[in-house]
Amino acid sequence: MTSYGSYRTVRLSPRRSSLSRALAKDSPLRRLDWIMILAALALSLMGSLLVWSATRGRDSLTHGDPQYFLYRHLTNLVIGVGLCVAVIALGTRRLRTAVPFVYLAVVLMLFAVLSPLGSTINGAHSWIQFGGGFSIQPAEFAKLAIVLGMAVLLSARVDAGEREYPPTRSVLQALAVAAFPMGVVMLMPDLGSVMVMAVTTLGVLTASGAANRWTFGLLAGGVAGALAVWKLGVLDQYQIDRFAAFANPALDPSGVGYNTAQARIAIGSGGLTGMGLFHGTQTTGQFVPEQQTDFVFSVAGEELGFIGALVMIGLLGVILWRACRIARQATDLFGTILAAGAVTWFAFQAFENIGMNLGIMPVAGIPLPFVSYGGSSMFAVWIAIGLLQSVRSQRPIAI
Amino acid sequence: MTNIPETGRTRRVTIRLVVLQILVLSLLATLGGRLWYLQIRNGKEFTAKAQGNHIREVVEPAVRGEILDASGRILAGNETKLVVSVSRTALMQQKDHGKAVLTRLADVLGVPADEVKNKVRLCDAKTPQPCWNGSPYQPIPVTQQATTQQAMQIMERREDFPGVTAQPTALRRYTGAEGASAAQILGYLSPVTDEEVTKTADKSGRERRLPSDQIGRAGLESVYDDDLRGTTGVDRLEVDNLGRVIGSAGTTPAQSGNNLVTSIDARVQKVVEDQLNQAMVEARKVYDKETSKNYVADSGAAVVMDVHTGRIVAMASAPTYDPNLWVGGITAKDYEALNSKDSNYPLINRAIQGQSAPGSTFKVISTTAAVQAGYDLNGHYPCPKSLTIGGREFKNFESEQFGDISLEKALEVSCDTVFYGLAYDQWMKDGGLKPKKDAPDWFFKTAHEFGLGAKTGVDLPGEVAGRVPDRQWKQSYYDAMKQSWCDQAAKGGHEYTDEIARENCADGNQMRAGDMVNFAIGQGDTLVTPLQMARIYSALANGGTLYRPTVGKAIVSPDGTLVRDIAPHEDGKIPAQGQLLEYIDQATAGVVTAGTAAWKFTGAGWPQGKIELHAKTGTAEVVGKQTTSWLTTYSKDYAVVMTISQGGTGSGGSGDSVRRIYQALYGVDDKGNIDNAKALLPRPQAELPKFNPDGTAIVPTAYTYEGDRTFLDPARPAQADPATAVALAALEPTRAGSNGRGRS
Repeated sequence: MTSYGSYRTVRLSPRRSSLSRALAKDSPLRRLDWIMILAALALSLMGSLLVWSATRGRDSLTHGDPQYFLYRHLTNLVIGVGLCVAVIALGTRRLRTAVPFVYLAVVLMLFAVLSPLGSTINGAHSWIQFGGGFSIQPAEFAKLAIVLGMAVLLSARVDAGEREYPPTRSVLQALAVAAFPMGVVMLMPDLGSVMVMAVTTLGVLTASGAANRWTFGLLAGGVAGALAVWKLGVLDQYQIDRFAAFANPALDPSGVGYNTAQARIAIGSGGLTGMGLFHGTQTTGQFVPEQQTDFVFSVAGEELGFIGALVMIGLLGVILWRACRIARQATDLFGTILAAGAVTWFAFQAFENIGMNLGIMPVAGIPLPFVSYGGSSMFAVWIAIGLLQSVRSQRPIAI
Repeated sequence: MTNIPETGRTRRVTIRLVVLQILVLSLLATLGGRLWYLQIRNGKEFTAKAQGNHIREVVEPAVRGEILDASGRILAGNETKLVVSVSRTALMQQKDHGKAVLTRLADVLGVPADEVKNKVRLCDAKTPQPCWNGSPYQPIPVTQQATTQQAMQIMERREDFPGVTAQPTALRRYTGAEGASAAQILGYLSPVTDEEVTKTADKSGRERRLPSDQIGRAGLESVYDDDLRGTTGVDRLEVDNLGRVIGSAGTTPAQSGNNLVTSIDARVQKVVEDQLNQAMVEARKVYDKETSKNYVADSGAAVVMDVHTGRIVAMASAPTYDPNLWVGGITAKDYEALNSKDSNYPLINRAIQGQSAPGSTFKVISTTAAVQAGYDLNGHYPCPKSLTIGGREFKNFESEQFGDISLEKALEVSCDTVFYGLAYDQWMKDGGLKPKKDAPDWFFKTAHEFGLGAKTGVDLPGEVAGRVPDRQWKQSYYDAMKQSWCDQAAKGGHEYTDEIARENCADGNQMRAGDMVNFAIGQGDTLVTPLQMARIYSALANGGTLYRPTVGKAIVSPDGTLVRDIAPHEDGKIPAQGQLLEYIDQATAGVVTAGTAAWKFTGAGWPQGKIELHAKTGTAEVVGKQTTSWLTTYSKDYAVVMTISQGGTGSGGSGDSVRRIYQALYGVDDKGNIDNAKALLPRPQAELPKFNPDGTAIVPTAYTYEGDRTFLDPARPAQADPATAVALAALEPTRAGSNGRGRS
């Protein structure tokens, strides 16, 4: 792990002022992908408005302060951006050495959730509650841990120049590293997060250049597993109905079927330009459950209309497009895998979340990156932005 | 270390990254496409769903229009009652779901707490009555009879009664103005049925029936329901997912219904109701030799019609009932009583729904038929004491005989044998038992031309058509009855009915001579309603025009402006015109001065020289019952008809009462003195009442009828003795058999 000679080094001139240094052509700030950062910021701020709109009247949640969730969301954003800056400052090189510790910490958190320290919300035992209304959802960080852990293992032999592609041994290790947190999260049970992790694992593995048999084997295994679960009757009928309710809300009219039906009514009634922020009748009337988290997209659909919702999808598109660019231009496989991992993670999570709002994907309790209310998710996605930025910079920034 | 790729990726990785990028893009495109599908393509559908989700309608009932008499007196109005209602929405927001409030409310109203709680619970399959059947967003009435004090207690301690209101609310009230009930004319209201609500659910505005609506079910309330009902106001509330009200989405205020001005004069109506009742009371004191008991007088009807327009000035039906029983929902017990044999079905308006043979009142039609058939108006016809036709003897009443007399005299003294002779002669000319193909059938034809056998088209519901037993009817009745007649005949009994059955089984479809002569004197199978007779006698009075009878005169908006005139409608002319009409006029005047009704009119002091009246009496045979009395009369302006089932003879049963109605109309006392100041309605009222700016009518302070006037016996309320109440004679088809005997 000694040769990282391929990245360029920039010498800092001590004579220049800090401002001119910051704006200089070779300044680390100029190496950042500002388009992606601005898109992520815009998305997060839109999210704060939508979360605000969705919660302003929910006195039981806000304890009477209509702005409660707005402030909380903005606070989460600030912390997220702080974490992002910290990750950029850390740089990929130091990050790589820190990955085992990060992974270990996440695994410990996951175990803590399963221990009596964890608490249950909406049927999933996924949270660790701290005092003062703070809580974290370690599953969000597990996604990061999987990407990081797999990237380290898969890129090691390649970046060391020993192999052109990750060898079987590395692939197996990487799969093990991914499987472990997935197993723990499955026990919570938080199937939505497991789904995201599985798809991300697939993306990471594929982007690493591992042999085709791994990609296709993993795909086939996933399909076979799903079929087995369905056919062998592991699931009760109501669970199958609940899963299928996205396509036919009548299968589960009082549960997720109700949620999806109401979300679809909200979005559908938005029309081209929407009813205007705070004026959606479905939102004001609190007809859509979980609207500040899983169903936050329905607020955009109803109040901002087709145009507003399309802007949101567009901003996600910008982030993903830039992330793909970063993956292609990374100077080493570690960076490529990290970026590709983030792309798969974001893309699938966003597609699943918006898709269930629109009724084309089954309902799974996962947040919309940047937009949904939730600290852990906000922190995790902004850390991922930090990772993408540092891959782009491929070098530490002087602090 | 030399073979490390410069960018950290191989070609394989690059290709895979491109694939990933394309995949990501297509996912986003899928979302965009689906978004377009939901929001742009199907947006309208979801907008409608969202509306249904969050809009709840609370209705404000419209004040129903009033029904006024010709001078603007309120016959059916609205009474402001203090209605205490409870809003469930408000109750549910309280910690104990309103338990404490309802208990306090029950305390104030002085009823058990459970009673109040039961009234505001929602009906469902498991909840027995009482419960609230309407929308949970609609305030639920707990009582409609709150006292002012109770209302004050509630409204002054608002904080103790959240969600409870005590509001003055308009309820229907049948006022009994001037003492007139007019129950069967006015009709009644009852709540809409679930079926009506669902059937009109997709309609909007006035077309839509709401669960709180009351609908006119009978009488004027039913016919003019559309005008009277008004438009229900709708308060559109925005609610959240738990049904909590979060705003208003617009309010359509309720619009009061229009008022109906009728041609009824409440004072005359009162007189007619009293006199009908009086006539029945009097009839019950008279001994009937035929049945060897007093007359039962189980039901009756009377009509006063403006002869120039067909407008009904008064219309009474007995027995009667209090229409206010229906207000606020009729109790099951009351409803049962109104529809029982014991009460003799007082809901029936016998002036339009009761029918019987007309008896001799039909003879004006027979006279016209004879003249149409070509008999000389000025000829003389034999009036022997009896006539044998078809092997059967047809007698005059009490076997009177008058020798050869004119038709005028025949009408005056009601000589049956004259008409028997004419009808028999005509029947022979038509071919007798083998009728000619194009037999003119003058008697039947004329009856149809007088409007018999058809509805008059009066603006009241449920009118019956009566019956002209012509050849066509005879055949269809035979077709329907043949089986039972022949079955009875086959049993070989020797009772009178068995003989009839045997005869009918053989040739019941034939128009026999007996049928024909019976018809000519208004007996047999002929059925008429009192209103049909009033219309015919009006035509005799007005020069021969048959008007469509009406009660409604105009629709007036709540502020008093005219919305719609209900103009008189000419339906046609009776075939009696010119000389014949004058002849009948003279003959019917003769009935008053020298004929069958003289003892009740000129003989009782009626000033015929000053106010000329015309009359015809009638006594209709009913198999198995006492005779139905008829008295059909007219003056220059009014036709007055009264009939009493099992009431005796026309003049005896109704003579005094009909005369008293004229006395009241024209202000005539028992000695025959006319006092115009005391006349209730010396001329029919043509003009509509005037209205104040606030829409209330200006009721003239004219002389009002008082029950203690000299010429009127104090009217006692009818106490129908259940023992004397018998089946509904006036509603059953009468079969007079063949023993035709006209009496008057």
